[in-house]
Amino acid sequence: MSTSARSRTVVVDALARVEGEGGLTVHVRGGKVADVKLRIYEPPRFFEAFLRGRDFREVPDITARICGICPVAYQMSSVHAMEAACGVTVGGPLRTLRRLLYCGEWIESHALHVYMLHAPDFLGYESAIHMAADHAEVVKKALELKKIGNDLLILVGGREIHPINVKVGGFYRVPTRRELAPIVERLKRALDLSLETVRFAASLQFPDFEQDYEFVSLRHPDEYPLNEGRIVSSKGLDIPVSEYEEHFIEEHVPHANALHSFHKGHGAFHVGPLARYSLNFDRLPGVAQEAAKAAGLGTTCRNPFKSIVVRAVELVFACHEALRIIDGYEPPERPAVDVPARDATGHGASEAPRGMLYHRYRIDAKGLVQAAKIVPPTSQNQKTIENDLCHFVPTVLDLAKNELAWKCEQAIRNYDPCISCATHFLKLDLRED
Amino acid sequence: MAAKPKPKLAVFKFASCDGCQLSLLDCEDELLAVAGEVQIANFLEASREVVKGPYDLTLVEGSITTSHDAERIQQVRKQSRFLVTIGACATAGGIQALRNFKDVREFTSAVYATPEYISTLEASTPISQHVRVDFELRGCPISKGQLVEVLGAFLRGRRPNIPTYSVCLECKRRGTVCVMAAHGTPCLGPVTQAGCGALCPSYLRGCYGCFGPSESPNTASLGGWWQQQLGATRPDLVRAFRTYNAYSAPFRMASDAYEHERT
Repeated sequence: MSTSARSRTVVVDALARVEGEGGLTVHVRGGKVADVKLRIYEPPRFFEAFLRGRDFREVPDITARICGICPVAYQMSSVHAMEAACGVTVGGPLRTLRRLLYCGEWIESHALHVYMLHAPDFLGYESAIHMAADHAEVVKKALELKKIGNDLLILVGGREIHPINVKVGGFYRVPTRRELAPIVERLKRALDLSLETVRFAASLQFPDFEQDYEFVSLRHPDEYPLNEGRIVSSKGLDIPVSEYEEHFIEEHVPHANALHSFHKGHGAFHVGPLARYSLNFDRLPGVAQEAAKAAGLGTTCRNPFKSIVVRAVELVFACHEALRIIDGYEPPERPAVDVPARDATGHGASEAPRGMLYHRYRIDAKGLVQAAKIVPPTSQNQKTIENDLCHFVPTVLDLAKNELAWKCEQAIRNYDPCISCATHFLKLDLRED
Repeated sequence: MAAKPKPKLAVFKFASCDGCQLSLLDCEDELLAVAGEVQIANFLEASREVVKGPYDLTLVEGSITTSHDAERIQQVRKQSRFLVTIGACATAGGIQALRNFKDVREFTSAVYATPEYISTLEASTPISQHVRVDFELRGCPISKGQLVEVLGAFLRGRRPNIPTYSVCLECKRRGTVCVMAAHGTPCLGPVTQAGCGALCPSYLRGCYGCFGPSESPNTASLGGWWQQQLGATRPDLVRAFRTYNAYSAPFRMASDAYEHERT
């Protein structure tokens, strides 16, 4: 092969099956990847700026609007940050109900990603709708599973997109045991469908592509992480959420004009299902651990293409956890605890379906927001996605251009990137050369 | 005889959270039926396949916030027989229109270390400020039921049946006790368009205006009630009207009036 034949440029103008708008440019010279640019052209929306001056109690509803796919994650990270600022801890059944709501979002979002956004790559279809022509039963079951997640969101949150029932201190109205009862049978069905999803995902073909990541996620003493925990990493980090900004920074990358997250002194890191799973396998319920083992997963997983299997295992966890919570649920006496404002700073982090989501707010004594910082999972993963492409592209250079572009897209979709989230905070203006 | 070609449906996104187009994927019971009736020709959130226009029905999510997007919406309009905007961003500029009340340069430097790299317009504006729009479907997010109604209506060549009355009528219909009268909870329901099914009052909270202003909203009367009966301050009212539909004319005028003490 001549040198010129080995110099090529892969340009994906508009990435499909991701949330938000982004593109990709990969330059290959002499058989080596010279440059990878994950372009994000989603316009900025300035949330951190216009949150200033808002009442702290409005923030969970406003930050929900950052992402229509994972609004509960934004609501949860912000209520925890506000409660931390005000020195209030929400425990007991209110805390448990928050986990239940979050389970709904995980089921909905993971089912969407596994079947509608990611599986078509493995099976060679443009979309799940195209896939339905040959795999009608799979797509119907996927929609059924996704709908059960949405119905749980509706039951606890009022609606599936931008739920209305979350407030600082708890909820506006909490469900009775009788109101929760009808979803139990459906969640049992969802658990079966999730176990089937693990088997389906495990049957796909994966490239041999193990990477040496620094995984970062929350870790809780007793639970698989959703709402709370310390921030830990596979390279020994173990800090409270309030110290996040002492260890993680966003840097300008001159060639890309982009903000990338780095772990100080370590570099790029990886948040999301692979990180959660690898750092918290021992916190998964037996049914999820067994399903993972049967699918051929070890206690850690370093192949990002296998994130589809790990998401399926997390579906099993979320359904199991929702059933466990409903089984032991006793309604709280009041739907929310009082959270009086005070002049303080609060930090919150929770596990969005696509990775850890960090919030920090400073509020004044009247409860008005003075400063806000939000670091979504896709911002944190951006450098890692580019690193993956640098290592992955040389392994697929023999493919025709369209096939190569598709493989690159698949490698990006491994991260279930939410570009709508990431770009409220950054904007890449890139030269296409 | 050749089968009649299916109508081509396209979905385009501008500045938004993706939630309204997700509503289409959230129609789990209807999605495959819809996919059977139309050709999903351009829907990047769901499919890699991009079929060229013209399109019979185009759904547009998001607001216009960059000069590039101001040009792109012109191209989208040219390719579309019917263009329907979906959600508060597309119909009113969305939450990101809060910049319209401030200095956007100051906003940029508050969020970005190198503001000179950011290309953004002074204001976030609804699609109808740029091109002709055949129908505006409100909501933050839109209602799935209303979306299915709009799709059905355009595919069958009739006007969508979407009410423009206030949330109060939905509360009455579902038998929800008025949260303002019974609990003294501030509520935007009397000036907000129906569509959510009066969700918030059924959870004992006040409506916060997701569906934008109803037909002929009396914002001054409601503001007076909030102040005199419920103890709300002018800044409270400014914030209440400045959320997801802040830049819609009735809410914009109301918040401006309370900010500048004209009422």
